[in-house]
Amino acid sequence: MNPSGLPPLASLPGPQIRAVHDELHGDLLELSMGPHHPSTHGVFRMVVTLDGETVVKLKPVFGYLHRNHEKIAEGASYLGSMPYTDRLDYLCSMTNNWSYALAVERLAGQAVSERAEYVRVILAELTRLLNHTCLAGFLLQDGGASGTPLMYAFREREKILDLFESLSGSRMMCNYQRFGGCRADPSPAWLDSARALVDGYGRFLDEYEALLTGNEILMARTQGIGRLSPQLAVSAGVTGPMLRAAGVGYDIRKVDGYGFYPRFTFRVPIGADGDTYDRYMVRILEMRESIGILRQALRDIPAGPILDPKAKQRGLRPKAGEVYSRIEGPKGEIGFFLISDGGPNPYRYRVRPPSLINLTILEDMCLGQSIADSVVILGSVDIVLGEVDR
Amino acid sequence: MLGTGLLQGLAVTARNFLGSFYDRRRFVTTQYPEQRTALPEAYRNFPFLVCESADDPMGTLRCVACQICEKECPPQCIYIEKSKDKKPDANGKPQIYPAVFDIDTAVCMSCQICVEVCPFDAIKMDQVFELAATDRFGALLMDRHALAKPNSYFQSIHPTEAGEVDSRLLAARLAAEEKARTAAAAKAAPKPAAPKPPAAPSAEAPKPSPPLA
Repeated sequence: MNPSGLPPLASLPGPQIRAVHDELHGDLLELSMGPHHPSTHGVFRMVVTLDGETVVKLKPVFGYLHRNHEKIAEGASYLGSMPYTDRLDYLCSMTNNWSYALAVERLAGQAVSERAEYVRVILAELTRLLNHTCLAGFLLQDGGASGTPLMYAFREREKILDLFESLSGSRMMCNYQRFGGCRADPSPAWLDSARALVDGYGRFLDEYEALLTGNEILMARTQGIGRLSPQLAVSAGVTGPMLRAAGVGYDIRKVDGYGFYPRFTFRVPIGADGDTYDRYMVRILEMRESIGILRQALRDIPAGPILDPKAKQRGLRPKAGEVYSRIEGPKGEIGFFLISDGGPNPYRYRVRPPSLINLTILEDMCLGQSIADSVVILGSVDIVLGEVDR
Repeated sequence: MLGTGLLQGLAVTARNFLGSFYDRRRFVTTQYPEQRTALPEAYRNFPFLVCESADDPMGTLRCVACQICEKECPPQCIYIEKSKDKKPDANGKPQIYPAVFDIDTAVCMSCQICVEVCPFDAIKMDQVFELAATDRFGALLMDRHALAKPNSYFQSIHPTEAGEVDSRLLAARLAAEEKARTAAAAKAAPKPAAPKPPAAPSAEAPKPSPPLA
């Protein structure tokens, strides 16, 4: 007897579901959470079928924020798509910019100056700090710690955004990377303030961990909740901290060695259980590694041009061909696939959004958990709807 | 022991709360309308048109209505109509000017691409962000009169960039005058009006602007 229309229970991962349908347990309840629910991180909707408080089926519904990003980019010039990539994952515009710039640089055969590569690494790691700090705050907010952790996280995030603003002119919509380098050269004063921020960030993380990591309520809400097996994570194409928390040591910074990442020493934290607590801890540990990368990059950054003045930006017409670029964004593998037919705009433009693909296994993680836990599990997936829906 | 993590966390919040009475760094909120944070020099909001003189903004616009920004603008928020006649620019050379130059700031996404592609340093990013209006339709559509702001204003909001632009323009003007003078000397013809026509091509040619050529 399987009233929820699910496949046979044995084929599903995770604990067995108590979908017993009799007089004692009553009917199943279908609940629509979102798109305007504060726990769904934007306009995301979960249609949850509940047996009591237990999730027996979960259907993610998205597309409410669809803005035709890919089709717009196919009509725009190569340069004109750059500011649109800011608006994919609006917390991580710098890494989106980088991945897109990398795709066009490979398509056009454009080399990048050494200083620009360093600046890109610095900005990508600052973005990782920013994103993971926000995520920890949001996750705790989802778990019911209303206010304090999120406000502490946003206090630190604001310092990074101030750096972005004084460099690129905008806090979130940076539009900073260009084909062959970066748009503005960071001044020595900017690099000094970045160093000061990086030096103080470890202390903030210590404070944040004192607040959260050992907290019994956080442990009770996250340990053993929303387990993700490495087999499922790999077969579903999950990337980023989600995959590493499941115990798979796969980091594109190590695998591809794009940019100057092979020059830096850092470790890749890996989870053991694949539960929500691991996903939280992997991100905290990644931030500590990011601080190490930032220290090395800010120490070694060379002088030199930030952008080749001959690098063509406007009216770029790469020769016909196709290219896929990917980098390790804070949420996972952010990739751009471009096909050029030699014209002024791409023939095909495709984004590989990490949070959409990480979201596809939400049901597998939520089955058998309580409805309140499904909110925490969603928070640990780390989605931004601007990127999911595009 | 169960509860130590909780107590440790409470100690952190207590330290932050009490610390805010002693340590300015923990006291981070700016009370916005009364207090203001200083904007960084690079801050950008919406574009404006640079003119040389505040007294005659329409007569001294740097824009020559070449329409590159209109073509490159990703959300297509710029609308330009070229003039039928010509007006002398800062170098005295007759130039086409924009008869209509509208920017719909409701559509603009502040990406700065118009600034990067402009070969004449005629459009720059403004820093005014308090633009709330009661009119839903017309108030955010800025015409050339609303967009024109003098070079001195540009100097005041982006001093570094404006200094670079001014020295670049000055160098271009001097080079053009020098070229005209040598051309006139080579011809050795006593024509006082000669400097102007040879100055034309170099003034019209896109000046090298660092980000985008």
